[in-house]
Amino acid sequence: MKTIRAPYRVRGGVHPVYRKDRTREKTIVDLPPPALLRVSMAQHLGAPARPVVKKGDAVARGQVIGEPSGFISAAVHAPASGAVKAVDNERTPAGGAAPAVQIEPDGEDRWIEGLEGLSDWARADAKTIVGKVAAAGIAGMGGAGFPTHVKLSPPPDKPIDTLILNGAECEPYLTADHRLMIEHASGIVQGLEIVRHVLGAGAVRVAIEDNKPEAIAAMEQALAGVAGDVALVILETGYPQGAEKQQIYAITGREVPSAGLPMDVGCLVENVGTALSVRDAVLAGRPLTERVTTVTGTPVRAPGNVRARLGTPYADLLAACGGGEAFAKIVAGGPMMGLAQPGLDATTTKTASGLLFLAPGEIATYSSMPCIGCGRCIVACPMLLMPAELSQFLEAEDYEGAEGLNVMDCIECGCCSFSCPAHRPLVQHMKQGKAHVMLKRRAAKK
Amino acid sequence: MTSILMTAGTVGGIGLVCGVALALAARFLAVKEDPRIAAVTELLPGANCGGCGYAGCADYARAIVVDGAAINLCAPGGQETLDRLAAYLGQEAEAGEKKVALVLCGGDAGKAPRRYAYNGVADCAAAHAVAGGDKICAYGCLGYGSCARVCPTGAIAIRDGLAVVDPALCISCGACVKACPRNLIQLVPVSQDVHVLCSSNDKGPVVKKACSVGCIGCRLCVKLGGDAFEMDGFLAHRRYHESLDEETGDKAVDKCPGHCIVRRSLRS
Repeated sequence: MKTIRAPYRVRGGVHPVYRKDRTREKTIVDLPPPALLRVSMAQHLGAPARPVVKKGDAVARGQVIGEPSGFISAAVHAPASGAVKAVDNERTPAGGAAPAVQIEPDGEDRWIEGLEGLSDWARADAKTIVGKVAAAGIAGMGGAGFPTHVKLSPPPDKPIDTLILNGAECEPYLTADHRLMIEHASGIVQGLEIVRHVLGAGAVRVAIEDNKPEAIAAMEQALAGVAGDVALVILETGYPQGAEKQQIYAITGREVPSAGLPMDVGCLVENVGTALSVRDAVLAGRPLTERVTTVTGTPVRAPGNVRARLGTPYADLLAACGGGEAFAKIVAGGPMMGLAQPGLDATTTKTASGLLFLAPGEIATYSSMPCIGCGRCIVACPMLLMPAELSQFLEAEDYEGAEGLNVMDCIECGCCSFSCPAHRPLVQHMKQGKAHVMLKRRAAKK
Repeated sequence: MTSILMTAGTVGGIGLVCGVALALAARFLAVKEDPRIAAVTELLPGANCGGCGYAGCADYARAIVVDGAAINLCAPGGQETLDRLAAYLGQEAEAGEKKVALVLCGGDAGKAPRRYAYNGVADCAAAHAVAGGDKICAYGCLGYGSCARVCPTGAIAIRDGLAVVDPALCISCGACVKACPRNLIQLVPVSQDVHVLCSSNDKGPVVKKACSVGCIGCRLCVKLGGDAFEMDGFLAHRRYHESLDEETGDKAVDKCPGHCIVRRSLRS
């Protein structure tokens, strides 16, 4: 084990104000299940799960309530024992609609029987372990929510030589991963060793930004006894250091090709929260039923890091953190990539890293102006795209032109919008353009 | 002197060779195009709107002559073009009735409230992607003008946050029908003047909260109007191919508890 500074410097990026002080020293608090859980079947990237319970069913914690409905999909489990109140459609935090199972917890919090872990995972084969991960319904907990069992089964012609554990948490305000690393360092490292065993990766790199000295110390200690090529890489604080393509570059100097995946350059990036869930799934057979979420922002009276059951309504999260005074904006996630919410009726999912409340004085409403050609967005873009030009193509609804300028490589980090002095909604244009191109490609396939 | 003659000779020679080659090519490589294609193209209005489903008027003309496509697909041309085409091609003129676009939503700013202030790209699909749109109603017109921007004749205006089609300007090309991300626009025969101006498939109580002119799925219009209306889940549809007499139409308009059935003439 050695500790090194990141050998390469990520190009582009921005330096927002981090504002992590209000929650960085708050210990994770376990929340009891709320009065009613509304568990969305769209907890992850890909096809939403298919509900397999009906109104009136009694469920135990960890029981499957949604089965994966495609190759890129993940199972959903009851986050608490209780009775199913309804199965209906609900709006997801991302805007679409997906089936949701409403569960009224009975207060016993009884786990389903028969959950078994692999005590001897080091001798188990990759397939058995990935099976455990799939059964636990784990999806990437850094934000994108890609089903982990799919990620852990790369095709045989794409071997993974470097496993990167992502503890960068570069989004302002969020401290959930930071606290996890401090409080559950040894569990995370166990999860990391399991993933390394599955992939047969030679090198392991743990990436943490240098504004988290406590987390670095805790992980250093936990990693001390781990054999093999293991290093803790301290990244320079900056946004988006936690984005996987940028992190891979900072650590290995390899550039993920356009339209490619990390496995194309022999890398795999896993979030610290995901590693901990993998540990629970493999050692205890426990499905993913809860996650740590940072509830913060100036209007929140007692901000903190809470471990809440999946499907906890945002209103209950806010109440658990002392409630809040008048707020003007609610963001699910961090301020850079999070999704603004129309109300507190949505519920937590496997990707709910934070819930941010902003006071009326903290938000600004702009009207966008024409591009002045200053090029700040081009300097800021960590994917080396030209957001200024792209947005003009997209404004003219020239999707082919935008495709030619590689709009599909945009990671939607928001650095361009953040740096635009004309307040152009650049990243929204990109999202729009990507959606159009995806639709076109899907139509062309048929 | 010789250099001038040389130049003139060379250029003239090249010209002669090329001229002969072109003349031969025109004779032996000529593509025989049906002269009717050009004639039919002349008869079409030349709007190139694409409403017929072909790439433009010339492409449609080719389809009529070569593939035997139906001659009544040109909406902007209307009856006049159809008659001319029928006379030229010696076919029966089976008129499709003129249709105009109608936005099946009546929830303007005063009737359908919004949940949050949207401050982004002024495009309906973009607004819809942000938490499902800023209207409480998940089905209604967002009013960011994606349809108005694709309309070749400027027939669509956004009034009080609701797209409204001017039937006099509409050439029923169907561009707006494709552009609306919420599929609210339908091409409706001009003779019909009773419409269900709602597309919400939500249950009654949900609709009531979202809009004061929404269909609550009570089925009353189906009971009153018989075949002229039908239910699709919790939403009533007007079946435009069924006629509706004046009296029954008035009754449906008066009695509709959701106030979403209205009488609006589409004739210009």
